[in-house]
Amino acid sequence: MSNVIKITKGLNINLIGEAEKVIKNHNADIYALKPADFIGAFPRMLVKEGDEVKAGMPLFLDKYREDIIFTSPVSGKVKEIKRGAKRALLEVKIESDGKFESLEFGAADPLALGREGVIEKLLKSGLWTMIRQRPYSVVANPKDKPKAIVISTFDTAPLAPDNDFIVHGQGEAFQAGLDALSLLTPGKVHLNIDANATHSKVFTNSKRVQINQFAGPHPAGNVSVQINRLDPINKGDIVWYLYPQDVINIGKLFLTGQYDSTRIIALTGSEVLKPAYYKTHIGVSIESLVKGNVAEGNKRYISGNVLTGKKIELDGFVSFQHTHVTVIPEGDYYEFLGWALPGFDKFSVSRTFPSFLFPSKKYKLDTNLHGGERAYVMTGEFEKVFPMDIYPLQLIKAILVEDIDLMENLGIYEVDEEDFALCEVIDTSKTNIQEIVRKGLDLMRKEMS
Amino acid sequence: MKFLRDFLDKQKPHFSKGGRFEKLHSTFDAFETFLFVPNKVTVSGAHIRDAIDMKRTMIVVVLAMVPALLFGIWNVGYQHFLSHGINAGFWEIVGFGLLKVLPVIVVSYVTGLAIEFAFAQVRHHEVNEGFLVSGLLIPLVMPPDVPLWMVAVATAFAVVIGKEVFGGTGMNILNPALTARAFLFFAHPAEMSGDKVWIAEKADAYSGATALGHLLVGEADKIPSFSDMFLGFIPGSIGETSTLAILIGAVILVAAGVGSLRIMLSVVAGGLVMGGIFNLIGANAYMQLPAYYHLVMGGFAFGTVFMATDPVSAAQTGVGKIWYGFFIGAIAVLIRVFNPAYPEGMMLAILLMNVFAPLIDHYVIQSNIKKRLKRAKAAVAA
Repeated sequence: MSNVIKITKGLNINLIGEAEKVIKNHNADIYALKPADFIGAFPRMLVKEGDEVKAGMPLFLDKYREDIIFTSPVSGKVKEIKRGAKRALLEVKIESDGKFESLEFGAADPLALGREGVIEKLLKSGLWTMIRQRPYSVVANPKDKPKAIVISTFDTAPLAPDNDFIVHGQGEAFQAGLDALSLLTPGKVHLNIDANATHSKVFTNSKRVQINQFAGPHPAGNVSVQINRLDPINKGDIVWYLYPQDVINIGKLFLTGQYDSTRIIALTGSEVLKPAYYKTHIGVSIESLVKGNVAEGNKRYISGNVLTGKKIELDGFVSFQHTHVTVIPEGDYYEFLGWALPGFDKFSVSRTFPSFLFPSKKYKLDTNLHGGERAYVMTGEFEKVFPMDIYPLQLIKAILVEDIDLMENLGIYEVDEEDFALCEVIDTSKTNIQEIVRKGLDLMRKEMS
Repeated sequence: MKFLRDFLDKQKPHFSKGGRFEKLHSTFDAFETFLFVPNKVTVSGAHIRDAIDMKRTMIVVVLAMVPALLFGIWNVGYQHFLSHGINAGFWEIVGFGLLKVLPVIVVSYVTGLAIEFAFAQVRHHEVNEGFLVSGLLIPLVMPPDVPLWMVAVATAFAVVIGKEVFGGTGMNILNPALTARAFLFFAHPAEMSGDKVWIAEKADAYSGATALGHLLVGEADKIPSFSDMFLGFIPGSIGETSTLAILIGAVILVAAGVGSLRIMLSVVAGGLVMGGIFNLIGANAYMQLPAYYHLVMGGFAFGTVFMATDPVSAAQTGVGKIWYGFFIGAIAVLIRVFNPAYPEGMMLAILLMNVFAPLIDHYVIQSNIKKRLKRAKAAVAA
């Protein structure tokens, strides 16, 4: 096995509400697919309200890339097609019949099928949409030949689910998925594990992949950081990436011929009474998941983790890509002279609060911004939590002035908005950096297409 | 504090859009956020945020200046009574110092904040906290006898020309407090240099020259002892005399992670290297002065800790900060020793490097860009 790649810069934020290592079965009445989860996709509906669907049946496709179809995660009836402002498609809700029947795609050994056969099966079943590409984090283009495929098996974000625990006993499906993926790239499939925490045989015994070991604080689990260390993205390069549970879904498609959208989701956060893992399906409704298991008070429901997740309402759904739900208190309160008091219970990396004396303390954090937005004044802050050879503040400024050449030169192809989450957390100026980076990536994609 | 919150909530509509005092919105907002950290929650991106904000950062810098300020107040009184040969008690000394220093601070804050509030209002911005620091820096670099109207004019110049014309806090090229001092230095040299201004209401017969002043005229034997200069029992600007008090400030800044240790060390290194070179040449008494004397004379220590580290006007890249600091230290000593017109080189050295900081950063970033392009070319060739 290769040497351990050490990430030194970064930050682990310790929060209250880690999921207990038990898996509960959970079937909801309603599941949903949200087109907005797929960056850059323009959905065209293929079903209408009241239609009967099975798992793997197309719900909508991407207008500009019609071979990419998005399929139902469960069987049942299309309950509602929810639209928002300007008729933007928000949610396609499926009322589950509780049977989880799938269309038959035919079991096959991916290695026997060959590259074209694998791609065809993935596209048809909708599982293709699990494969995304860097740069831009959009669903991969089946016509591309990526220089590598990267799978990060560990998540370093706060309260993140433990993939070692999740994949337990699913080695066969995982390997079948890897077999299929190995055909898609002329380069390597990188399986990145945590040198200190990954022990599952499912990962360490994988074949047809290159196993790389990483060690260090968040964002060591981010694919951008890993790609940056393994084989950085240059202009024109394409790297595909996906996550362990996606690989298992893909593996099961080839083993059984069925679209099995099972997801093990970690329900975490200080406001969850009994944080645990739930075995459910893609797009499960939040309300059913947290029922009777959250504290009183004004809460924020997050699909994903506290750094990069999406804010959702109680009647919302877990995003297609997420295997993690976090519930934390809202911070809509005033605090008298909060900036001047010592603040013993405050979280800060800055050492202007006494919290730096207690590095292992676990926090119950809320969504308060702790200040007003300002111009960038402090320097050298972001570099401490940004483990790539990129100047984060300069890149952010290049994006703000929409200087395409400069953005390219400063390495925008190598980053994703999630890589800036820690910068955003510690930013004294309280700017929404991930939003800025997303705008920059969208602008580049438009300019380059 | 509920009654205060209720009161603010009741008044808020008057200052919001369409209210009676709509024009004073920024002012109200400044006072409200001063009293209460706002109830704003995250709307996009990371859901949790660090507790630090600009107010917290700035208040730490102000705290770090307090030792220098307190010592300055005492020393203003001490130097005054010393020049008159009066053996005054501690409280008498402090009382005199307070009488001299407090008005300067008040004038600086009132002038600066009034302009800041006005600009924030016109621009529909929130009031920035940057002036909390500048407003105290300006008095600390003034001679104790400076006329108050000069403080007001210099502060106004610094805030308007030094900062607001560039777009306000975070956008300025030069350090505002040093801009104020440089303005007075060139506009009113008689009140800002020479050997009369460094002791408040000095007795005429007493020599009030600073160490730098002595050295400039070749009187190297007349400079105070190293320990006096380090501890600060010497004439000089209000806050710059005691290197010890400034060091305490430096420890606060570095411990809190607000000030850049990297810049401070590079400035010191630059000063020592340049001083060391002069020691080797040794052509005159000034050049023979041990290099480390430069660190405790004049504004070197104060500039190193509080002025050079201003993140807005300093270099922003890690490598850039080292060069930026080194040149400040080296140029400051160079100006001191070589230029008879400017006994204090620190101010000019920092302002000069403020101007060059973006250029330094440019080259640092270009090297990063070149590395990336080289990697891309290598990948294509492979």
